[in-house]
Amino acid sequence: MSKKNSSEKTKNAQQPKKRFFNVEKRFGYTMHEMWTHKMSYALVAPFFIMFITFSLLPLLASLALSFCYWNILEDPVFTGWTNYKYLFVDDSLFLKAFSNTLYYAIIVGPVSYITSYFFAWFINQVPGKVRPIYTLAFYAPSLTSAIAMAVVWGVMFSNDSNGYLNSLLLKLNIISEPVQWTQNVKLIMPVGIVVALWSSLGTGFLSFVAGFTNVDKELYDAAAVDGVTSRFQRLLYVDIPQTMPQLLFAAILQITGSLSVGGTLAGHPTPEDAGLTVMLHLSDYSGTRFEVGYASAIAVVLSLLIFGIGRAAFKILGDKG
Amino acid sequence: MVFLTLAGLVSMLPLVYLVCTAFKPPEELFIYPPRFFVRHPTLDNFKMLSQITANSLVPFSRYLFNTVLITVGYLFCLVWVNTMACYPLSKHEFPGKKMLFNIVTFSLMFIASAAGIPLYLIITHLGLDNTYLVFIIPGLANSTALFLMKQFMDQVPNEIFEAGKIDGASEWQLYRRIALPLLKNAQATIVILCFGGIWNESGTSTTYIYKEQLRSLGFFMSTIGGGIARQGVAGVTALIMTFPSIIIFVIQQSRVMDTMAHSGIK
Repeated sequence: MSKKNSSEKTKNAQQPKKRFFNVEKRFGYTMHEMWTHKMSYALVAPFFIMFITFSLLPLLASLALSFCYWNILEDPVFTGWTNYKYLFVDDSLFLKAFSNTLYYAIIVGPVSYITSYFFAWFINQVPGKVRPIYTLAFYAPSLTSAIAMAVVWGVMFSNDSNGYLNSLLLKLNIISEPVQWTQNVKLIMPVGIVVALWSSLGTGFLSFVAGFTNVDKELYDAAAVDGVTSRFQRLLYVDIPQTMPQLLFAAILQITGSLSVGGTLAGHPTPEDAGLTVMLHLSDYSGTRFEVGYASAIAVVLSLLIFGIGRAAFKILGDKG
Repeated sequence: MVFLTLAGLVSMLPLVYLVCTAFKPPEELFIYPPRFFVRHPTLDNFKMLSQITANSLVPFSRYLFNTVLITVGYLFCLVWVNTMACYPLSKHEFPGKKMLFNIVTFSLMFIASAAGIPLYLIITHLGLDNTYLVFIIPGLANSTALFLMKQFMDQVPNEIFEAGKIDGASEWQLYRRIALPLLKNAQATIVILCFGGIWNESGTSTTYIYKEQLRSLGFFMSTIGGGIARQGVAGVTALIMTFPSIIIFVIQQSRVMDTMAHSGIK
């Protein structure tokens, strides 16, 4: 079969020389090529059929709807750039949500990315037998369900004096009355960020742990010959270049995850919208007000932002790996 | 290592608290100043939960059965669909292959929940609502899972498949007999990653299911929580929802280590 393929390929290479732009023949060739690989297509088909139906199609529909007014009950009406104009010029709540989201993402994204990498790196230094225990200790928080999160952190940051943090601070005489952790406008986002950081060692962290085990140990010896001796130098010259693919993968997940943050511990709505994020703003419009067109415009703007930053990550981390 | 141990303990602290809360008697839950550890562990909260569940619309066991069924069904299909797609993407040369994988990589940046309404319309038009399938099918094309699978498959040498071909194996046999067993690590990995999401599933029940007897455990648990009087019960439900994920992780993690030690191809 492979022999047949290679002969097909040489035929293809000769074709343009003989007859420039023979569409029919080229199409026939491609069809033939595709037919010989029908099994390949059959194997990938289930995935891509479902991918198109449940991921790509809704996204493209959103893109189209973002130029329309649509309240679900009536047919969508094309309104051009109106939604986007309103979004950037008139919707002060969107700007609030946008700045809250950026504030959250700029802290949670990099911090959890770097801590994930360092903890994975530390775990790689301990003996192999206890490695799974440490991996579990750090990964477990991200396995907890949303319900569990609310139980634990709700008590920790409870607004009355019975909350753990409040009672501790009262006892130490740092504060004289309970702090309104989830009501104080200035504290809502920071508290949300702390909670998010605790459970942020997720998929990226696991991929780092696995990535480190793949690093060829002989490279350390080779590096030692070149004068790389300290652990830190090894990290810089061996570990980081060797785990570039994982670094990129985790960066993409981190960017997407932190920018698409929904509600924080304070819930929704929050006083003065201090905890409003872009995703919450979006769900207000799509779920509560049924202004699907406008919600779609928000989704498109957020997606473009993620694609833009993701692209930058591909540029920075992609080629060296 | 001391630092790592300390950091690990801090990381586990809220989980320890969760266990403690679940076994705390009422008088310890509302004590001032609050206490972290439990003094006199009881099973009162568990009994209270069983009382609440006795009065639920549908027997508790039905919710549990639903969740077990959809979790097993989802994970099985997920592994099947993704291993099947990753094999040609990694080992075959066919027109459009590069483009397909680029789309998958690109879609790592999609926000699934951003297109909720169009997705809702597609799912209802296909008639998936009010069936178990709505829990399973829409989530099967998981680009993170496929991405990981494909990267893993790339490390498997091509020679194994060429040898298989020479022995006269069909493409299906190559997938079934060679690719699938070699992908055990990657299978375990995506099971770990996706288990929590499906086990705790409650949003799908709220959006697409109107028949109470088809709803999931995660949905039921989310209806119990809240209220100061039920803090202990909330602790128990949180424990029930969280621990299976951790147990699966522990089991699968050791399997990952084990298969890595015995694979012997690298």
